Amino acid sequence: MERIPILKMGCFLLVTIQVDMHDELALTLQEDLTNRIVKDSAHGVLIDISSLEIVDSFIGRMIGNIAGMARMLDAETVLVGMRPAVAITLVELGMSLPGVRTALNVDKGMAMLERAQKERNTSVGSN
Amino acid sequence: MAQAQALAQLVRSNEQQIFEQWISQQMAEVNFRVDLIKESELREQSREFLRAFTDALQAGNLQIDAPEWKPTKDLLSDISRRRATQGFSPSETAIFIFSLKQPLFAALRKSATPGQAWDDHIWEASRLLDTLGLYTTEIHQQTRESVIFRQQEELLELSTPVVRLWDNILALPLIGTLDSERTQVVMENLLEKIVETEALIAIIDITGVPTVDTLVAQHLLKTVAAARLMGADCIISGIRPQIAQTIIHLGIDLSQVITKATLADAFAVALQRTGAMVARAAVKS
Amino acid sequence: MEVIKEASAPIRSSSDVVKVRQLVREWALTLGFSLVEQTKIVTAASELARNAYEHGGGGSVRVESLNNASRHGLRLTFADNGPGIADVEQALKDGFSTGSGMGLGLGGARRLVNDFSINSTPGQGTRITIVRWRPS
Repeated sequence: MERIPILKMGCFLLVTIQVDMHDELALTLQEDLTNRIVKDSAHGVLIDISSLEIVDSFIGRMIGNIAGMARMLDAETVLVGMRPAVAITLVELGMSLPGVRTALNVDKGMAMLERAQKERNTSVGSN
Repeated sequence: MAQAQALAQLVRSNEQQIFEQWISQQMAEVNFRVDLIKESELREQSREFLRAFTDALQAGNLQIDAPEWKPTKDLLSDISRRRATQGFSPSETAIFIFSLKQPLFAALRKSATPGQAWDDHIWEASRLLDTLGLYTTEIHQQTRESVIFRQQEELLELSTPVVRLWDNILALPLIGTLDSERTQVVMENLLEKIVETEALIAIIDITGVPTVDTLVAQHLLKTVAAARLMGADCIISGIRPQIAQTIIHLGIDLSQVITKATLADAFAVALQRTGAMVARAAVKS
Repeated sequence: MEVIKEASAPIRSSSDVVKVRQLVREWALTLGFSLVEQTKIVTAASELARNAYEHGGGGSVRVESLNNASRHGLRLTFADNGPGIADVEQALKDGFSTGSGMGLGLGGARRLVNDFSINSTPGQGTRITIVRWRPS
C-alpha cells in the first residue's frame, strides 16, 4: 500500500508530504513516524508541507498528534513550508497547532532542530 | 416602422447638408474642446455615426434596445469612452448627439408639405436622439467610475509597500484609514512577502492609522497568528495612546502579540531576536 | 438566482473525501475565486465531506455554480442519512466533540464561507448548505 516516505538526516527524520492525503494514509504516516523515531533514535522530526494546498482540521490534528508523540519520545517536531493561504485558512478554522514549532522552510527548520540539539547536548554535558 | 424608414429616407436625401450643419453646430458650441479633438477626427466620428444611424432607422425600429441599434450603440460607446478618458465632461460628450437635433429638424421642416403629419416625426426624432444622448452620458459615467476604481487600486498598492529593513526583518508601514477589505488584501500581501524574503520578523507599523475598529484589529491579530503558523513572528508598533485606549475599550486581547510604541523600538527588538547587533563606530579623532 | 451548472458526488469512503476536495477546487478555479478564497471553500468542503462520511455513515454532495445580477457563487450541499445532530448550537461551538472528534469541523467551516445553513434531525440525517460568493 502507498506510504509517505520518511528520510533519515543525521539524527533527524524528514517527511515531505506532497500528496492530497486521504485519512488512512495520514494515520499510517502517524504510525510510521512514531515507529521510526524509536527505531532510529531520532531527536527531531521535520515535516515539510510546502506542497500542500489544503490543510484541514484532520491533517492539523495529525500534525499535532505527531508532535505530541514525538515529544513523549524525546524528539522535537518542526513544521515547515506552510503556504500563506493555508495559514490564513487554519487561523479562520481556529487551529493554532499548539506544541508545534514552525519555520519558513527546510533550511530554517533544520537550523532550528540543530539549535535544539546543541542545547540538549550542552545540558547533558553539564551534568 | 414607416416613421423610422421615412426618417432614414429624409436623412439620406439631405445627408450632405445635415452633416455639414451638424459639424458647424458641434464646433460652435461654447464647450467644444479644440484642445482635445481635431476637426478631422470629429468629421470622421460624425460621418460614421450618421451612417450607422440611418442604417438602424432603415431597419424600421425606433426603440434603441432592439438588436439593429447595436452597431450604433457600440459606436457611441466607443466615442463616449474615448472622450471620457480624454477628459471631456459629460455634457461635452453628449453634445455630439444633441447638436444633431437642429440640422435634423431643419431638414424635416423644409421637406414638410402642408397637411403632412410631421409633428409626430419631429417628436419621434427628438425622443430617439434624447435616448441616444442619455446612453452616451451613461457610458461616460461608467468609464469615469472604472477609471476611479483603477486609481483606487493603484493607490492601495502604493500606500502599503512591504519594506525589507534588514536581513530577516520586514516592515509594513500602514497609512490611512483601514477598511476590512483593504486590510485583508494588505495582510495577504505581507504573508506572501514573508515567504519570498524568508523573513523571520515582520513589523506592522500603525503610526499612520488614525483609528482602529474591531474588524481591523481582528484582521491584524489573524495575520499575526497566520505568520506564526508559517514560522515568522510579528511585532505591532506605532500604537498611539488613543488607539491603545480604543483597543482596551473594544476588549481586544493583544496579550499574545509583541507590541511596541515606536517602529524604532520594534526594530531594536527584531535585531536582537534575529541575532544582529548595532554598534557605534569609533569616533575618529 | 440562476443555477448555471450542477454536479453531484458520492461520499462513501475516505478517498471520496479527497475527490470532493478536487472537484470543489476545480469549480472554484473556474468561477475565478482568488487563491485564498479557493483554499477556504475547499477546506470547508473537506470538513463537511469528512463529517458526512465519519459521522453520517456516508452521503453525497451537490455542487452548483450560481449566478446573480451582481455576483457569482459556489453552493455546496452535503447530505447524509446518519444519526443527525441533536444539539446543533453545541455542535457549532468550537472544540465540541461527540467523542469521535467533530471538533472544529462545523463551526470552522461556517467561518470559512459566506452563507451557511444546517438542517439536522436526530434519526433522520443531516443536510448542510454552504455558499461562497464573489462579485461579478
